[in-house]
Amino acid sequence: MSFIVDYYNYWIVVFLMMAGFYIVISANNLVKKIVGLNIFQTSVFMLYISIGNVSGGSAPIVADGITRYSNPLPHVLILTAIVVGVATTSVGLALIVRIKRAYGTVEENEFEDKDDLI
Amino acid sequence: MTELIDLVLLGMLAITALRIIFLKDLFAVVMLFGIYSFLSALIFVNLDAVDVAFTEASVGAGISTVLMLGTLALTGRKEKTNNHTTFLPLLVVVITGAALIYGTLDMPPFGDPDNPAQQHVAPRYIQDSPQEIGLPNMVTSVLASYRGFDTLGETAVVFAAAIGVLSLLGLPKHEKAAIESGLKSHLVLRVVAKLIVPLTLLFALYVQFHGDYGPGGGFQAGVIAAAAIILYALVFGLPMATHVIQPTLLKALAAIGVLIYAGTGFASFFLGGNFLDYNVLASDPVAGQHIGIILIELGVGVTVFAAMLSIFYAFAGQAERANIQ
Amino acid sequence: MILESISTILLILGAFFSLTGAIGLFRFPDFFTRVHAASVTDSIATILIIFGLILRTDFDLVTVKLLLILVFLLFTSPTASHALAKSARHGGLLTLPEIRATKKEDCSS
Repeated sequence: MSFIVDYYNYWIVVFLMMAGFYIVISANNLVKKIVGLNIFQTSVFMLYISIGNVSGGSAPIVADGITRYSNPLPHVLILTAIVVGVATTSVGLALIVRIKRAYGTVEENEFEDKDDLI
Repeated sequence: MTELIDLVLLGMLAITALRIIFLKDLFAVVMLFGIYSFLSALIFVNLDAVDVAFTEASVGAGISTVLMLGTLALTGRKEKTNNHTTFLPLLVVVITGAALIYGTLDMPPFGDPDNPAQQHVAPRYIQDSPQEIGLPNMVTSVLASYRGFDTLGETAVVFAAAIGVLSLLGLPKHEKAAIESGLKSHLVLRVVAKLIVPLTLLFALYVQFHGDYGPGGGFQAGVIAAAAIILYALVFGLPMATHVIQPTLLKALAAIGVLIYAGTGFASFFLGGNFLDYNVLASDPVAGQHIGIILIELGVGVTVFAAMLSIFYAFAGQAERANIQ
Repeated sequence: MILESISTILLILGAFFSLTGAIGLFRFPDFFTRVHAASVTDSIATILIIFGLILRTDFDLVTVKLLLILVFLLFTSPTASHALAKSARHGGLLTLPEIRATKKEDCSS
């Protein structure tokens, strides 16, 4: 039982990661692929935060009467990663908009055939 | 109790992810992704990462959902039937997942205070940063001071991404404001938006300058301020918004933010310290740290605000053009 | 002690109303009744939960912040429901009685 309590968090994170991965490799639509990538990314964030968590700890803001804090380092890494993540996602979405304009479709199997036309 | 809440939230996340896999309606997929982001923000709160949760709620659920909806408006909301075989991807995913789960068995137990990750570097931040930096929020201390160089890089990435989007899509031209644009028929929305937008901007300023003491900081503040203007643009129309905050101004602001950040680094450089070593900015090291952190958080906030808003302008401008044609 | 028990009652009531809203969201037949279920219970649940939380504070800055959150939510959440319903109406969505009425007309004509 303690085995499950010790690891369930990692397992669900792995499940989410694989769900995102599955969407990325199986989806045809580029927008859906981006959603899948984002799910993957969020699950990585969650893995980092789980590693930094200390049970019985408190948020890393100094307050009276608290002796045990969570690890602030993963928080810093992930905080910046989230903002960078949305910035890079927007570049991907902008590319999709351009692909739509150039090929008239955002379905992967459709615009591959049209490569010769342009 | 914390574990129970955590488990319930993670279960909801898993269900949301599964639903996203099987849905063909992309509009619903994007909305579910917004829900997914909010749920993960809740998990971050539960795991004591309040700063991260704040960022995820404002960025993941706010801005990226809006951008994805903007893309959908241009590319269509239905996914066509998929004639890929599902077997091969499933096989790859199952094998990778099994390998990863096998890998987790060697990891230290979740939440154990004796984890290797808790033994190194972090104790120093927790013990010394309140004295060295003088700020109660350790995340801000680490973000802006100890790892200031890293954050400079991240700010530059946000700036570069904005440049990338602008060079792909271009900014809408600033025209004479057409008052007629926007959601004319939604009177209630217009009135409430007028009330909410200034409040949101005020809140963004609070987050910007209170980030040293509580959760918050430049990243969140920039995104919240951008969200306020995005709300304005959604309700009153893009021409009005570009009239209020002009695209050329945004381009300048995005660069100015990075320059403020790097300039603070150079200032400490010329005052005899290392790059981004704020101790030398004032006679008292702690006061110097304080000045440095406020300056670079300002730089981050300005860049993030300008980058997010110009990205939104680029997408909204495209949608507007598509509507006219 | 009394404050704490009142607060517990308020929190439980708030949770109950949220739950009824969620059930309504699933059980009601058409879009408009669903929005109604979600928005009305949402407002009362926010009021109850935030007052429940206020009773647990030391009546300092946190109380003021909670009140501000309450004001903000009371502005935004009904507006969101209103915008949702209005856009649905604009988009041509019919309520259940209207759908039945049109069906009857189709049958009779």
